[in-house]
Amino acid sequence: MKNGLAISVSDLTKRFGDFTAVDAITFDVKKGEIFGFLGANGAGKTTAMRMLCGLSLPTSGKAIVAGFDLYKESEKIKKSIGYMSQKFSLYEDLTIRENNRFYGGIYGLTDRQIKDKTSFMLEHLKLESQADTLVKALPLGWKQKLSFSVSMIHDPQIVFLDEPTGGVDPVTRREFWTMIYEAAHRGTTVFVTTHYMDEAEYCDRVSIMVDGKIEAMDKPAELSKQFNAKGMAEVFVQLARKAKRSDN
Amino acid sequence: MRTLKILLEKEFRQIFRNPAILRLIFIMPIVQLLILPLAADYEVKNINIAVVDQDRSSYSRKLTDKIAASSYFNLVTYTNSYTEAIQEVEKDKADVVLQIPPAFEKDLIKEDKAKLFMALNAINGVKANLGGVYLRSIISDFNGEVRLEWVQLPRFNPQPMIKISSINWFNPLLNYQFFMVPGILVILVTMVGSFLAALNIVKEKEIGTIEQINVTPIRKHQFILGKLIPFWILGLIVLSIGMLLARIFYGIIPEGSLLTIYIFAVVYLLSVLGLGLLISTYTDTQQQAMLISFFLIMVFILLGGLYTSIDSMPQWAQVFTRFNPVTYFIDVMRMVVLKGSSLYDIRYHLLIVTAFGIFLNVWAVISYKKRN
Repeated sequence: MKNGLAISVSDLTKRFGDFTAVDAITFDVKKGEIFGFLGANGAGKTTAMRMLCGLSLPTSGKAIVAGFDLYKESEKIKKSIGYMSQKFSLYEDLTIRENNRFYGGIYGLTDRQIKDKTSFMLEHLKLESQADTLVKALPLGWKQKLSFSVSMIHDPQIVFLDEPTGGVDPVTRREFWTMIYEAAHRGTTVFVTTHYMDEAEYCDRVSIMVDGKIEAMDKPAELSKQFNAKGMAEVFVQLARKAKRSDN
Repeated sequence: MRTLKILLEKEFRQIFRNPAILRLIFIMPIVQLLILPLAADYEVKNINIAVVDQDRSSYSRKLTDKIAASSYFNLVTYTNSYTEAIQEVEKDKADVVLQIPPAFEKDLIKEDKAKLFMALNAINGVKANLGGVYLRSIISDFNGEVRLEWVQLPRFNPQPMIKISSINWFNPLLNYQFFMVPGILVILVTMVGSFLAALNIVKEKEIGTIEQINVTPIRKHQFILGKLIPFWILGLIVLSIGMLLARIFYGIIPEGSLLTIYIFAVVYLLSVLGLGLLISTYTDTQQQAMLISFFLIMVFILLGGLYTSIDSMPQWAQVFTRFNPVTYFIDVMRMVVLKGSSLYDIRYHLLIVTAFGIFLNVWAVISYKKRN
């Protein structure tokens, strides 16, 4: 990761037939940064994120993630990133401990490492008493925090969070953001999408996508100034109003 | 290796935590093996017969008694009106009508020959066909008795007679269960292999965990092996339970070696699992996977020679059966269980099923994509 960039994207495009989901986006994310990736529903955020995680093959454009080329070295990228998708994706019929063992194991952690990580995580999330509870029995807020911890189990350089706080209560949201800050503090780059504009204010920098294109990108305070708005919410509304498409 | 171990650990945990799968594994073989062979018994018994006796002579009564005494027929109507008998057929109460015309006895004695008329309800073709055959053999038996009664047979019979004696090799008592049970075992193993494997992977797609796995550095072959091995083992467990039940309830002990059966089953399961895997790569929901597997298995079973003989299928269907893995396993099971065939005897079956396995799995691995 020369020149301190965690992600470097230029003209990244994804087309599905005639539909251009992501239209030549260009941006950089610095190492250790919390980067907010905003946009209305259907703007192309998830598609862009899936490309960066190596889940979806770009139609054209270039991207370097964690120092590796997205086309040629996607398996190396996978070792260096964590991903938390919109859908809850831990196994509900396994316990917390078993989920940790599974995901830690397939990232190549040793038994010792998995054990240490698990006890650290349980302590941190105050879930020690639930270690052997099936995940399906946990409330949504806990599940989301757990999901985030599991996506970080292998200490990735970059973590991608796709609407991690959707449907979560305000207290848990705040706790969640504390976890994000802690991760960033340890040097992890956080790439996060959200629909909550208060959360956008917490980011170091944000980009706003409209109809597959990045329409604005800067520090939240700078954006407010630039758009002559009181906060990110107003900035977002001004930009999103221009959108011609939505997914509903 | 470690990754594979982790994957298997997780699969087995989930399988043993899923009561539906456990029930399926243990109850399906029991139910299928205990009920299906009884239902799929081709021996026709309880044929309902209506006798129209317009002669009312001692011979006609003797013939009627002989029919009624046979274990194959139930005498439901004894009348002198053909119309009445046919009405019984229309009401589905009779399967066969035997008409004994007036002057049956008189003709038999005077003219030395008499006529009978037989009408068969052919809605159930098998029943009608076999009913006709049984009735003919009873009548010819009756014929023999009548002749014997009249003529003292000369020491040397002037009429040359050919007497046929036959022996049923491999299944002397023509027990249908010996024939059906090994075939039903094949169906069981096939269903466990293809259904469960396909549903398992598609379920991961549905709940979204497959994304989480695809974003890890796991290798494609590790993931696929991690999915195949558990169902491979389950398939063999179901086979073992089935063999045990077949021994306990039907007294079926394979003539050939168990090892031969297991070696073939191991290879066969690979091709069935490959099919399941392939289905899962082309479907997104468990519903789709279920319907497609069901459709395929249905075709495979009907064209697999379990219920009907492949030799009597039309030419095009026979060609199809050669591309049906089920056909080979049913054949092998019957060969080994009834005939005691050895590994050498089933070498071509083994070779072909191995080829299926390689073909289906390679196709599945190629079409499974971590990135789309």
